[in-house]
Amino acid sequence: MPDSLSRDEVAHLADLARIDLTDAELDHLAPQLSVILDSVASIRGVAGDDVPPTSHALPLTNVFRDDVVRPSLTPAEALSGAPDVDQQRFSVPRILGDEQ
Amino acid sequence: MTTTSHDDVELVDFDTVLAAYDPALGLEVHVELNTATKMFCGCPATFGGEPNSHVCPTCLGLPGAMPVVNGKAVESAIRIGLALNCEIAEWCRFARKNYFYPDMPKNFQTSQYDEPICFDGYMDVDVDGETFRVEIERAHMEEDTGKSTHVGGSTGRIHGADHSLVDYNRAGIPLIEIVTRPILGAGEKAPAVARAYVAQLRDLIVALGVSEARMDQGNLRADVNLSLSPKGSGTLGTRTETKNVNSFRSVERAVRYEMQRHAAVLDSGRSILQETRHWHEDTGITTSGREKSDAEDYRYFPEPDLVPVAPSREWVEELRGTLPENPTEKRARLQSEWGFSDLEMRDTVGAGALGLVEETVALGAAPQAARKWWLGELARRANDAGQELTSLGVTPADVAAVQGLVDDGTLNDKLARQVFDGLFAGEGTPAEIVAARSLAIVSDDGALSAAVDEAIAANPDVADKIRDGKHAAAGALIGAVMKSMRGQADAGKVRELILAKLS
Repeated sequence: MPDSLSRDEVAHLADLARIDLTDAELDHLAPQLSVILDSVASIRGVAGDDVPPTSHALPLTNVFRDDVVRPSLTPAEALSGAPDVDQQRFSVPRILGDEQ
Repeated sequence: MTTTSHDDVELVDFDTVLAAYDPALGLEVHVELNTATKMFCGCPATFGGEPNSHVCPTCLGLPGAMPVVNGKAVESAIRIGLALNCEIAEWCRFARKNYFYPDMPKNFQTSQYDEPICFDGYMDVDVDGETFRVEIERAHMEEDTGKSTHVGGSTGRIHGADHSLVDYNRAGIPLIEIVTRPILGAGEKAPAVARAYVAQLRDLIVALGVSEARMDQGNLRADVNLSLSPKGSGTLGTRTETKNVNSFRSVERAVRYEMQRHAAVLDSGRSILQETRHWHEDTGITTSGREKSDAEDYRYFPEPDLVPVAPSREWVEELRGTLPENPTEKRARLQSEWGFSDLEMRDTVGAGALGLVEETVALGAAPQAARKWWLGELARRANDAGQELTSLGVTPADVAAVQGLVDDGTLNDKLARQVFDGLFAGEGTPAEIVAARSLAIVSDDGALSAAVDEAIAANPDVADKIRDGKHAAAGALIGAVMKSMRGQADAGKVRELILAKLS
């Protein structure tokens, strides 16, 4: 991971996150993100070669659930927090990109 | 988009493509598992249902909801991997694939990235008697997405839609994505290899019992990757990925179409844009989708809410013991049991009729008779209708019943074909059709004897030859009798009668 981010990289990330940033905002944010990365990178100095990278704090594996149906929400409950509902579906603004 | 992706090209003739280019093929097949519940929550994984009725805080991505892996889905993934001769990871993790599209309310899809549960396998695929080893790069676990409907706008298509309506019932249903390595050297057979791979993979999935595997319902979905490189160059060209090709026949057509389109673009001196493309079943063409994102744009990282999966070797071996017969060995066993020649077996497999013949034989038909109907009469009708044998609407039980009526002397082959007409017209069971259409062979010896006498009287020269011992001449009289009986006679019996009367 690079320890600093270029202005172009921040612009690209903003694009991926669908955030519209002005030039002024980019100028302001790019150095700030670099500072955050630098701070996180300082952890590397603490971890010695004997500390392997990990993605989890607990030494657990194979936590599985039985394949048994549990009650779902009702459609009304599921849709209760939706900004807009149409035909019992979540209504969202038109799609800008494309399906994955 | 049109100008950059060259949708306007004139296709190059298929043989001309092969003279100048080598195709490289890759297939990604998504298999929706038939578990009772979703991958990471206890919502039902059944098809359909009222919109947004199979959802919970976890599959809706509500704050604080925690996923838990469905153990049965892991078991199915391992069984699929073992059946594809894969290694099973001793330790692997899920990863978040981040993207912004409302088909996943979490803004990421939980998938696997650089640590798939199954890797380095292969499947041997038979095409016209030649075996192609298709190498499997990986088979990994992930979750399906919600279903979007685009409304408003002038066309109702994705661009120009005013808004989209999303139903999350499908979001979170377990998927196994099976990815091949590039398949090289298939040449002119590339379209057929693609089709045969998907067809045999489906057979395997069905035999494992891990999915309904219905392409028409989207339980099994194929993405076709294709690139061309200058003949003999040994390089790999830029590829396109045609998404959601949903029948065996379409897989074959999509490969062929993309080969012809790529060649046209390359011949004109332009380059192929790396992009996803949409397959249009009705017109048989692909159109530009979106530019392919770089993998790094998905910003994959290990899923912190799920602990790693580390299948014990004991569990893996136990699951290995549950595998159905290997398809290659099964074909060899059936060929020997049925007494088929190599050519007969190859044609049966090639027509996608192996399972149909097997079921028909299991229901009592002789193997050769079962083969004859499926590869003759029924294959012809499927071809005429542009359908797969399996979707014709005639079942192995129907074929076995028709052949049973032939075996007991009720029908001859010609009358049997009329029974199939009746089956296609939805006139009922074979027995009902025989009765309704009065198709049974006339077993009334008096009527048959009279018809034979009539034929002899009308053909005195032929009758004399038979009297002189030239039994081969009887064919002309048999034909005349069959004609006057409107085909409703047993030719063997007619021959016996003729010879008896003239000896």
